[in-house]
Amino acid sequence: MASLIPCPHCGTRPKEEFSIKGAALKRPQPDAGEDVWYDYVYLRDNPRGPYEEYWHHVSGCRRWLVVSRDTASHEVLACRDASGMTGDAR
Amino acid sequence: MVQFRFARFTLRFYVIIALTADPAMRYSALSLFLNGLFGNKAWRPAWRQPEPKPHYDVVIVGGGGHGLATAYYLSKVYGITNVAVLEKGYLGSGNIGRNTTIIRSNYLLPGNNPFYEFSMKLWEGLEQDFNFNAMVSQRGVLNLIHSDGQRDAYMRRGNTMRLHGVDAELLDRDTVRAMLPFFNYDDARFPIKGGLLQPRGGTVRHDAVAWGYARGADMRGVDIIQHCEVTGIRMENGRAVGVETSRGFIGCDRLALAAAGNSSQVAAMAGLKLPIESHVLQAFVSEGIKPFIDNVVTFGAGHFYVSQSDKGGLVFGGDIDGYNSYAQRGNLATVEHVIEAGKALIPALSRIRVLRSWGGIMDMSMDGSPIIDKVHLDNLYLNSGWCYGGFKATPASGYCFAHLIARDEPHPTARQMRLDRFRRGYVIDEKGQGAQPNLH
Repeated sequence: MASLIPCPHCGTRPKEEFSIKGAALKRPQPDAGEDVWYDYVYLRDNPRGPYEEYWHHVSGCRRWLVVSRDTASHEVLACRDASGMTGDAR
Repeated sequence: MVQFRFARFTLRFYVIIALTADPAMRYSALSLFLNGLFGNKAWRPAWRQPEPKPHYDVVIVGGGGHGLATAYYLSKVYGITNVAVLEKGYLGSGNIGRNTTIIRSNYLLPGNNPFYEFSMKLWEGLEQDFNFNAMVSQRGVLNLIHSDGQRDAYMRRGNTMRLHGVDAELLDRDTVRAMLPFFNYDDARFPIKGGLLQPRGGTVRHDAVAWGYARGADMRGVDIIQHCEVTGIRMENGRAVGVETSRGFIGCDRLALAAAGNSSQVAAMAGLKLPIESHVLQAFVSEGIKPFIDNVVTFGAGHFYVSQSDKGGLVFGGDIDGYNSYAQRGNLATVEHVIEAGKALIPALSRIRVLRSWGGIMDMSMDGSPIIDKVHLDNLYLNSGWCYGGFKATPASGYCFAHLIARDEPHPTARQMRLDRFRRGYVIDEKGQGAQPNLH
């Protein structure tokens, strides 16, 4: 696991400042239907390779972030604010 | 003198005939003695290194503990011997050789408890059953209690276990102190107030479990094919007809997946998306010390559990690192966290050096419980979602999976371990954490 996370608000920070939620999925609309919700709540691509996760910068800006990370090499590829993830249903 | 030499020659002749003629090559004190008398020349490898055949009745993907146990029970109990176990690494290179070797059946929920107790009963007879010394040691698993609320919770768990016919004893502080005198009983924040003991719990030598099952399956005709990576699943008319592997195509009537941390990858080859995330769990072993901890002990105020191996090393572990990973190594923050928790419980731990640490990839399911089920194809069977509790489940997992493959219906103790339980709302969430695998 890379030790440093490039937070878009705070700069490069140690990963211990962050809390990891898991897969960065877009939340479906309430009326999206059972299949979409089942998929959102329970099913995961769980890839070996690049993967996007929600991270919370608990000891920093306290913003929710989307960290792109490689699950095999643990390399952190990118980090952006999660604000772009709200809104759309899939 | 001549007569003696003649007698010795004759004896050697008979012994070698007897040993090589025994098709099962049964291990016993006598066979050890007789082999030792004559230079240990009659031993044979515990399993063959066969070339894959073009077609099998059952192909099992994954030669870990669960895959090997499945092959063993398929051949021994259900009479299906035309079976191949495909392992991408070498036998014992995955989680079966990477765990902390603990066995227990101290589960609360009705979907889990009978299954894990079935597993415990299989552990109890395992060495005689597969004729291999797996060093099953029922030294007791003790969950420490640090508050009145925790005592109530463990009392409830213990009573539930007893209602299911599982052994459980609630111990007071003095009894625990007599058992484990070197622990920190007077910690201001987390004093030890007692413990819930499952006396039949304990440890098993994990490598020997893989070897014993492999040998038992092999001698009944199962082909164990190592260094054979599955790269694709060939499907025709709603059936899995075989697998593409690094050693060519292998056809099958029934396909069984037992790929642990790689379950999602293998299932994706059949177009199946699983309620699974792969996470790394670390474990540690210290330098060897004199007898110090007789049982398996879990800290109730932090994620830390420990036992002492027969070599003297303290074997311990903690929580998963908390992020998706396929790398069989963890990070230092978790190492620090585990050792802090350990030191809070056992102050003397600060004077002991850690020899090794390692990581294994856990197939974390969305409710923390496993899946043993037939899935969307006619002849495709899935064994997955073992989280960090797969080792203790090895015998029952193999048995129940073999039952499902052979009979096409779930084993009575594994009826609730269905894949569709998530969609139907019948999750088995022992910890009550919801669909958040890094919290289970």
